[in-house]
Parts: sequence; structure tokens; C-alpha cells
Amino acid sequence: MTENSLTLSLSLPITPLFLSLSPSLFSSPLSLSLSSLPLYHSLAPLSLSLSHSLSLVSLPLYLSLLSPCFSLSLVSLPLYLSLLPASPTPPPPLPASPIPPPLPHPPSPSLPHPPPPSPLSLPPPPPPPPPSPSPSPLPPLPASSIPPPHLHPPSPSPSPVPPLPSERLLIKGGRVVNDDLSQYADVYVEDGLIKQVGDNLEVPDDVRVLEVNGCLVIPGGIDVNTCLMKPHLGCSPVDDFYLGSRAALAGGTTMIIDHVTPQPGDSLLEAFELWQESADRKCCCDYSLHVDLPHWHPGVKDELEVLVQEKGINSFQVYMSYKDSFQMTDSQLYEVFSFLKELGAVVMLHAENGDLIAQEQRKVLSLGITGPEGHPLSHPEELEAEAVFRAITIGNRVNCPVYITKVMSKTAADTITQARRRGSVVFGEPITASLATDGSHYWSKNWAKAAAYVTSPPLSPDPTTPEHLHDLLACGDLQVVGSAHCAYSTSQKAIGKDDFTLIPEGTNGIEERMGFVWDKAVATGKMDANQFVAVTSTNTAKIFNLYPRKGRIAVGSDADIVIWDPDRTKTITSKLQQSALEYNIFEGMVCRGGPVVVVTQGRVVYEEGEGLRVQQGSGRFIPRQAFPDYAYQRITTRSKVKGKQGVSRGMYDGPVYDVLATPKYITPSPSAKTSPTSQQPPPIRNLHQSNFSLSGAQFDDNIPRRSGQRIVAPPGGRSNITNLG
Amino acid sequence: LVWIGESDIPNKCDRLLVKGGRIVNDDQSFYADIYMEDGVIKQIGDNLIVPGGIKTVEANGKMVIPGGIDIHTHFQMPYRGTTTVDDFSQGSKAALAGGTTMIVDHVIPEPGNSLIEAFEQWRSWADEKTCCDYSLHVDITHWNDSVKQEVDTLLKEKGVNSFQVYMAYKDFYQMSNSELYEIFTFLGEMGGIVQVHAENGEIIAEEQARMLEMGITGPEGHVLSRPEELEAEAVFRAITIASQTNCPLYVTRVMSKSAADIISQARKKGNVVFGEPITASLGTDGTHYWSKNWAKAASFVTSPPLSPDPTTPDYLNTLLASGDLNVTGSAHCTFSVAQKAIGKDDFTQIPEGVNGVEERMSLIWDKAVTTGKMDENMFVAVTSTNAAKILNLYPRKGRVSVGSDADLVIWDSDAVRTITAKTHNSAAEFNVFEGMELRGAPSVVICQGKLVLEDGNLHAIPGVGRFIPCTPFPDFAYKRIKARKQLAVLRAVPRGMYDGPVSDFSPMSRGGTPSASARTSPTKQPVRNLHHSAFSLAGNPAQRGELQQPFDLPICLPIPYRRSQINNSSTGIVYV
Repeated sequence: MTENSLTLSLSLPITPLFLSLSPSLFSSPLSLSLSSLPLYHSLAPLSLSLSHSLSLVSLPLYLSLLSPCFSLSLVSLPLYLSLLPASPTPPPPLPASPIPPPLPHPPSPSLPHPPPPSPLSLPPPPPPPPPSPSPSPLPPLPASSIPPPHLHPPSPSPSPVPPLPSERLLIKGGRVVNDDLSQYADVYVEDGLIKQVGDNLEVPDDVRVLEVNGCLVIPGGIDVNTCLMKPHLGCSPVDDFYLGSRAALAGGTTMIIDHVTPQPGDSLLEAFELWQESADRKCCCDYSLHVDLPHWHPGVKDELEVLVQEKGINSFQVYMSYKDSFQMTDSQLYEVFSFLKELGAVVMLHAENGDLIAQEQRKVLSLGITGPEGHPLSHPEELEAEAVFRAITIGNRVNCPVYITKVMSKTAADTITQARRRGSVVFGEPITASLATDGSHYWSKNWAKAAAYVTSPPLSPDPTTPEHLHDLLACGDLQVVGSAHCAYSTSQKAIGKDDFTLIPEGTNGIEERMGFVWDKAVATGKMDANQFVAVTSTNTAKIFNLYPRKGRIAVGSDADIVIWDPDRTKTITSKLQQSALEYNIFEGMVCRGGPVVVVTQGRVVYEEGEGLRVQQGSGRFIPRQAFPDYAYQRITTRSKVKGKQGVSRGMYDGPVYDVLATPKYITPSPSAKTSPTSQQPPPIRNLHQSNFSLSGAQFDDNIPRRSGQRIVAPPGGRSNITNLG
Repeated sequence: LVWIGESDIPNKCDRLLVKGGRIVNDDQSFYADIYMEDGVIKQIGDNLIVPGGIKTVEANGKMVIPGGIDIHTHFQMPYRGTTTVDDFSQGSKAALAGGTTMIVDHVIPEPGNSLIEAFEQWRSWADEKTCCDYSLHVDITHWNDSVKQEVDTLLKEKGVNSFQVYMAYKDFYQMSNSELYEIFTFLGEMGGIVQVHAENGEIIAEEQARMLEMGITGPEGHVLSRPEELEAEAVFRAITIASQTNCPLYVTRVMSKSAADIISQARKKGNVVFGEPITASLGTDGTHYWSKNWAKAASFVTSPPLSPDPTTPDYLNTLLASGDLNVTGSAHCTFSVAQKAIGKDDFTQIPEGVNGVEERMSLIWDKAVTTGKMDENMFVAVTSTNAAKILNLYPRKGRVSVGSDADLVIWDSDAVRTITAKTHNSAAEFNVFEGMELRGAPSVVICQGKLVLEDGNLHAIPGVGRFIPCTPFPDFAYKRIKARKQLAVLRAVPRGMYDGPVSDFSPMSRGGTPSASARTSPTKQPVRNLHHSAFSLAGNPAQRGELQQPFDLPICLPIPYRRSQINNSSTGIVYV
């Protein structure tokens, strides 16, 4: 049966395993297109027919046994797989000790990652493949079942990212929806890019065709706010970059922007690299990073410059809350804004008044309220609105774009709306939780349930909030939707079981984000599909300078595409979610609309009914340039127009009162101190003054001296002061 | 210049009858005669039976209104070793000349000094010289427990019910949000009125530095570095804090449209907040800061600054008429040009203050009543009655009624006069309203039952002014507050103890919660993470691989435990 043998060469311990099939196999009725797909992806559909009685779940584990050789047989055709280690040496251990696998999640391979930099060993030169337009005996198959054979793994590009075998895809018969228009068109994808959009495309024959039958073809979602590594008291969220990005993909989000959250005192650069390294290892979709500023001092400026100019970061978050740890004073905010404006970065704000929250927390605790309801009681939405107002004011003064993360309440959203009406450059980001649920659950009798909703700013107890936020999203007053996905398990939440201020803050929502916007806004007629694309993807890409690479279906854009079925309904439940959380704050909610197929980097990673086929570590870091037009064009123009000028007038030469040296308030400018006031007629040398400066503060300095006699009256007295006009 | 010896003038009579006037209160107008004796109104009505031989003033159908109350003055204010040019005598004389029969001055203790000592100091200055009744606000310029004690004493024993705090003047008077919260909470409990000087001092300091850096040193730098947004921001913040602490708020010196809008929006949302525009913001605008004449430009310097938007005065008058702003002050604080010239090379050094005590009533009449924005009753409300209510002096002051103090003004709505520094009663060389023609002026002013202005002659007597003590919990502000206090009781949710698994965590507090309980909570001490120290010390990129450990390690929950046990929230099992 050698003609039916299948040679499978594995380059270990790398995830992308390339199979090469002996040509004879193609005479068999089983058309196997195993090439160019990672092994566990490709074998998944085969698992039923493996005589080895390996279940799908155990297959990746099985492979990790590294048994040199074993054989599998297809139904009647034994296949021989030979496992050839890529390098003679065993895989080098990672510098990091192995991370406990986040969860026994079925397809999570326990192989160490990332791959060693050694290039992939290609399979031993396979026998020449059949002629390219393979006269396959098979009839054209329906799109999603088994793709036509595509033999050649593309020549691996020597890039640090594991070369992704790209698929050539033709998405046929869909309605392409961008933020500006919708049109019926086919989309052809190759090498991870969109190559053609239009009707009657001329494409190679061996492409995989996805018939989408009138479903919407939209740019993949961009989740602008995730916290997949944010530590809380030493705990990290249960959803790391792997699980989090899986959940994102399952929900139709093909790119995430995560927050790097260094602790006060940490180096921003080190934290950034830590995050990037972890994401490179684990993330299954493209990602980028925001960096949070936990402190402000001159050293940070250098790091920021490096981050913006070399690392591809153009957004930084500052906190107006978390007193005594992350919180910045107004002066610091002013300086941060001024500095980031020079760098062309977007300032993101966690807007809550931390001083007042600290006071309210103390008050609420003193009343004996220790449960999760204390969280919203001590974070009333007024404090959110106040901070939003202040942030916008400072942004206006500095003339700098301001981005408000986590808009949770009507008042905060209204404040943003009003500011936009006055011309401020401000963006608002409601999150999945604030768009889909409300804060009434904080009063749940079930502690675990109540604690699950704890996030900051808290969900508003006003049940009309989600509707209102959707209205503002639909009319453009709020621009983007994030998830603020930060998943802490119940046991982690229970850190604060006796004190609500210790409950880790964060809610889930990365998977549900797109669905709820569709369900609550588009399906109800508040919003059209174009605006849906804008708020879930395009606007984010614009604000953070990813457009049009991301956020648009156009020739040359990244092939991050979602086939969206408006009629699909799904009931949210923690049992079926991708997240490792044991709960879901949207439990039981029914959601219309959802992805049928998700394509990222040109590969189909999710198909309804077949689940996810992702590859850990395949996500690329997407660097972002400073000065995004969407945020900065107006700013730049205003800076040019709004130059301030002094009035040119003659010197005042009238009488001048002599004063004590104590300034009324300390003016920060050195020029004030050194102004050449010496040309004024030296008044009677003031003995009080020398007294004062030599001996320091005197007991009676502050006692007002009523010294009307100390006026230096000019000769002629009052008549001389006629320069008053 | 001092009017000593005027007490011999024959109109020093204790009994007075005002005949034929139209009494205008804030609620109604009617024709009646008024008889007063010993400084108190004894009778109101027609055909009064009064003793013979008393002095009678014929009103001839003119309006008789309660004397104005200027709720915001700075007479004789010390400033860096000098004082404002109008002392209590000069200032109160100007007030009387303009139809104002009571002033409320601000006591400004230097930070670190005793509030009570400062209060007594002001009392002694005012008692000595004031020509009309007065009361005092005390400014809280720093905050600690002893100040708290003093505020308590002032409220309970000294007759002060209003205290001003500053959100501006960084590193000097400025209060942090936490301090404001504490002050508001305290005064809210004690029944005081919190007044705020609302401007964001931190941003102002930054902007001032920027202006000076750009080489802008003239008075225009003042308004450029204090844009009205910063006023609006501070007003918004103050209202938020007041609403959190359930305390009535009084915003002094509303100078801009945006600040006024914030107040009016807050009032629509139900906040107990009062706004006080001042004479200058109601009568002129900030375009003069760009005057080529330094002295003129500097004369307009006050904080918050006059808005350069020339439509501001109209707008504020409209809000005053609609009741969104409630009271008017003058913030009269006059410096001579020589004093202003302290800041000739640096606008931040210019002493701040404008005149307005004398022009206040006429200006509002001219801008609001003669233009048809406001009726005469509202005019009385915003110039007198509302202030009396806030100070808890109503109806002793602010109303023409039996038993009220005999502080009356016969208002001539047709009189026209031109404001000029040459004829005004203030000692300042400059008048920010110079050249304005104002319709409406007092023709007769009666203070403490005595005629002080008649036929254009002012007969003010320094030292006759009495200190009028104000009591806490004015109904006008506190009735709503008290009712809300009873409703707003926070309650915990009664629920069983959480007895599920708890993750281990390191006690380095992230949230920075201020509660002592958080610090001392009996958390198990975690395994001291050695990687962590390596992290902070080394900073060597080569070890970066280990850096992730502080974040990854401390999950101590065994993995199989997770899915199986903790599904209580999804399955709805309630912890009991």
C-alpha cells in the first residue's frame, strides 16, 4: 500500500507542521489538502478516520509525545507518517520557565513556543506535484467543506513571525460593507492581503471559494481596549493573549489593542517589551499596544520618545483615578498632554475623579458597606462626568486630541457630546459592558455575580444607559467600541470579598462586542451597517493610524475579513464561550447577528459549526505611526492659526508701589523673578524686605501691614497719572 | 475727605415717613406709605396714623425698594503689604451712594493664620469705619483640624455662615479636591454656605508659565492664561463635589457664559447651587485687556477675568432675569494704578480687582430692567432679597415689610447718570465703567431709618454700621438639602459570606485605597517573589524572559479546580 502512503514530516517543535502528500494519494477518493496548514488544524477533520483512535482533543498532546514514528491509517488506506525532528537537537527550552497552560483548553498545544529562530525545515523534497491546475477528479466542492488541493506550501519567508501559509481565498456573493458604502462584490485574498474587490474577478483556479450567499462582508473588528495581562495585586487575568485573542476571533474581532500596564516605578520600555514578548508568543490575531503611564517624571519622556519613534506606539493612557498610585494631578496631565502632543500621540484617559472616589470609598466602608454594591456607590457617575469634563478642558488648553476610554454613563457621554459640539477634538469609547448591561447587578444577592460586574468606572445603575450610549454611537458622538476585556476569575474577584475596594476590576466582552452592537443598535434600527463597521473597526483604525491597512475592505488592505450573518441568533453563556472565565456577565442574553466566517491574515480561522482553527503566536505586532490624521489634522491647523501674541505697548512709566517680596502666589516662571524691574526709581530701600529675605519666614510675615504710606508718589501726585485714558 | 461731624445734620431723626411710593418687593408691588421708627419699619399701608412732626419723604409714585445688599466686597483688603484704596468708610459710602445699604465683606486670613483672629481684625476695621450695616464671609485659605474648630466657632458663635474656598492660586490658597470634599462635608453638616472661587489653579499656573515664556507679560496675558474654560471646569468640579457631599454651593464671581451655563445646567439637574455675577461681568467685557494703555488694561485685571466675548454681559443679565443666577455682588476691590503697576513687567503680579459697589444697582437696572429682560420684582430679588435669604437675614433685610430693618431706597428709574472716575465715590483713579450712561439711580437712600442720600447729598457716617450676624442653615439653601439627607441613606446588600476559593495575591495595593481596613486586612502574606526584586534591580534586557513571572506566578488556584468548582455564578448557585 505504499502508493497510498502519506509522508508527513514534522518540523518540531514548531507549530506549523507541513505535510507533504505523496502524489499517489490523489488518486484516492479522499482529497486531502493538508499542505500549508498547521498539523492540528489539518488533522482535525481527519480525526474521525484515524485508525489510531486518537481523538481530536488528544491529538496535539499526542504529537507532543514526539514519538519518532507512528502510522495512521485512513479508513482503508494506511498512511504513514514519519515524524522528522527539524533539528537534531531537542528543542531548546525557552528562557522562561514554562507557563502553566492557562486552562486545559482542548486545542491548546502544550508545545513550547515560540519557535526557535531556525528556519523551518521543509519537508524532504516531495515528489513533484501534479500539474498546477490539477485536473482534480473531484467535483468542485462547496466552499466550506474540503478545500481543493493546494499543494505547495508557500516558500517560507524568512520573517521572525512563523511564516503563515496563506490561503488564497475568494469570497463570493457577499455584500461588502465599509464605513462609507456597501456594494455587492467578490473579494479575492492572497498572501494575507486583499488583492481584488469587484465582480467577475479573474483569479487562479485553485483558490478556495467561500460562497457567502448575501451575508455581509465586513472588515474584521478591532477591539481597541483589552487588558489581557493587566496584573492586579499579583494576579493576572485568566484570559491571556492566547485565550483572549481566540475569543476575539470567535466574535469577529481580528485585531486587538491591549493596554500595557506597568506599575508605578516600572520602566515603560521594559513593560512594553514584556507585553510584546508575551503577545508574540501567544496572540492569535494581529495586535497592537497602548502604554499606560503610571507615573510622570522627566525620565518617562525619554521612554515615551523611544516608544513613539522606534516602537510604533502612538497612544498612551493616563489615569485621573486610583489615588496615590496611578493618579496624576492636573498639572501633570497638562504636562503629559503637552508632551504627547509634540510627539503626535493620542492621549487616552481613564476619567474618574480619584480624590473624591477615595473619600467616598472611605465613607462607604465606614457605613459598613463592604460588598460589591459599595463599588458603584463610591464611584458615582457624576465623578466620571466631572473627570471627563476636566480632561477635555485640559485637552482644549493644550490643543491636543483626547480619547476617553470606558464611557460608562450617560452623563459622561453627554459631556463628550457637548464638548464635540463646541469643537473639541475628543473621542469616546463605550465598552461592551456599558452597551449591553447595566449596574443593577451590583445589588445581586449572589456575591460572585455582583463582583463579576465590578469595573471602573462602574456600570451605571441607570437601566436606560445602554440605549443612550447606542444612540450616541449611532449619531457619531461616540466613535469606537472597545471591550475592556479584563477577565478575573471568581476566586480572583474574591480577593475583595471583605472589602470591595480590593475586588479586581474588569469585565468580559471581547467575544460579545460586535454581536451586541449589532443586536442593540443595528437590529433595532438605530444604526446602519456602515456605521456598525465604523464604530467596531474603521474609526479605531483611523484614530490609531492603522487605516486603511485595517478597518477597510479595499485592495491592499490586510485580509482581516468577517462574514457577518445578520440573522444568526446566539444565546450568550459561559459554557460556550472561548474565555476561560467561569461566568459571563451577559449570561442568558440573546444576541442577533454574528460572524459566520472569520478571516485573519488571509486565513480562515473561524467557521460556524467548525469552531476555531487558530495558531498560537501567529499574531503580528502592528506598529503605528504618530500623528494620525483623523485626530491630528485639526490640531495641527489650530496650532498654526491660534498663535497668541502680546500687545505691543509702550512701557508703563507711572508710579509703582513697592511691595513685600512675598508673591501672592508662586508664579512658576523664572522670568517673573528676574524681570528687570531695577529701572524703576529705587524707592526708599525697604528695610522690611531685607529683613524678610535674610532671616526667612517671620512670625509676623503674614500679618497684613497696612502701610499706605509706602506708596512712591511721583512728584505732582495724582495729576501725573493721566495716562489712564 | 472724612465726613466727621455730619451727625449734626438735622435729618438724623429716628422717625420717618415715606409717602406716596410704590413698594416693590421680590414678590409683588403695591402703593403704600411706610412709617419707620428706631431703624425698623413699623407700619405699612395707606393713611397711617403716625406721630406728628415727623420727617416725611415724598416718593411721588417712585419705587420704594429694599436697600441693596452687596454680597461681595473687599474693602480695606491687605495685599502684599498694601491695602486696597477703598477702606470700609470710603467703600461703604460708595455703596450707599449707589443704593446699597448693606455689604458683606470677605475676611481673608493668610494661609497658616487663625481664622478667628483675622475675623476679629476685620470686625475691628469695619466697626470703626463702616457707614452701613455689614456682615462677613470668612475665606478658608488652608485646612486642618484647628481650622475646622475655628470654622465651627465662627458658625456657632460669631455669626458667620458663609465661607469661601479657592480652587485657584496654586501653592497658596488653592485646595485639593480631597480638602474641598472635607470642607464641603463639614459645612454641609454644620449648615454653612460654601462659596468657591472657581478656577483651575493648576492649569492656570501652567498657562501662566507658558505665556511668560512666549514673552507675553502685559495684562492681556492675564486673560490668555485664565481662559473661561478653566472657570467652567472648576465650576463643574465644585458642583460635583457639592452634589456628592450634599452641600449647598455658592459660586462667587461668575464671569463667563460657559461658567454660567454650567450653573444653569446643574440647577436644572436639581443641584443646590447659586451663582453670583458681579458688576463688572454684567457691565463690561474683557476686550480692554488688549488696550494699548497699560494702566487701563491693568485696571480690568480680576480673577476670573472678564470674558473677551462682548456678548457675555447680555447673557449673564438674561440668566439673572430667568433665575438661573441668583445674586449679584460687586467684588469691589480697588487698587490704585501705582499698586496695579506692581505687575508692570509680569501680569501675574498685577493685584486683582475691579470697582463696582456703587454702580451695581444702576447697572443692572440699565442692562436688565430697562431692556425688558427683567421686571422690577426680580430686580429686587437679585440685588437684595436673594442675598438676604442666603445669608439667613431674610426678612430682616431684603424686604419692605413691617418689622424689617428700615433700609430703603427710593429708586428713580428715569434718572440718567454718566459713570466717571471724576465723580464716583470710590478712591480709585479709574473706573472700569468709565463713560457709561446708566438709566436708573437712587434718589433717596434710607439706611438704619436715617436718610443718607437725599437731593444728591450723601450724609454717611462712618462707624454707624452694625455687624449683622448670620445664622447657619438658611432655609433658602438648606430646606432641600435636609430633605435629601433623609432620603440618601446608603445601605449594604444583605448577603451571605462568600466562601468560595480566593486567589492568592500580593498585598502591594494597586488601588491605593485610603481605608485603613484595606491595609490591615488579614491577608496571607504571599511568597515573597524573588523574581520581582530581580526585576526592579537588574533592568537588564537579557533577563527579560523572567520578567513575566510576577504576573504569571501568583495564581495559586489549582487548575482543575477552576472549571469544576467555581461555576456558581453561571449556574446560579448562591453562596450562603
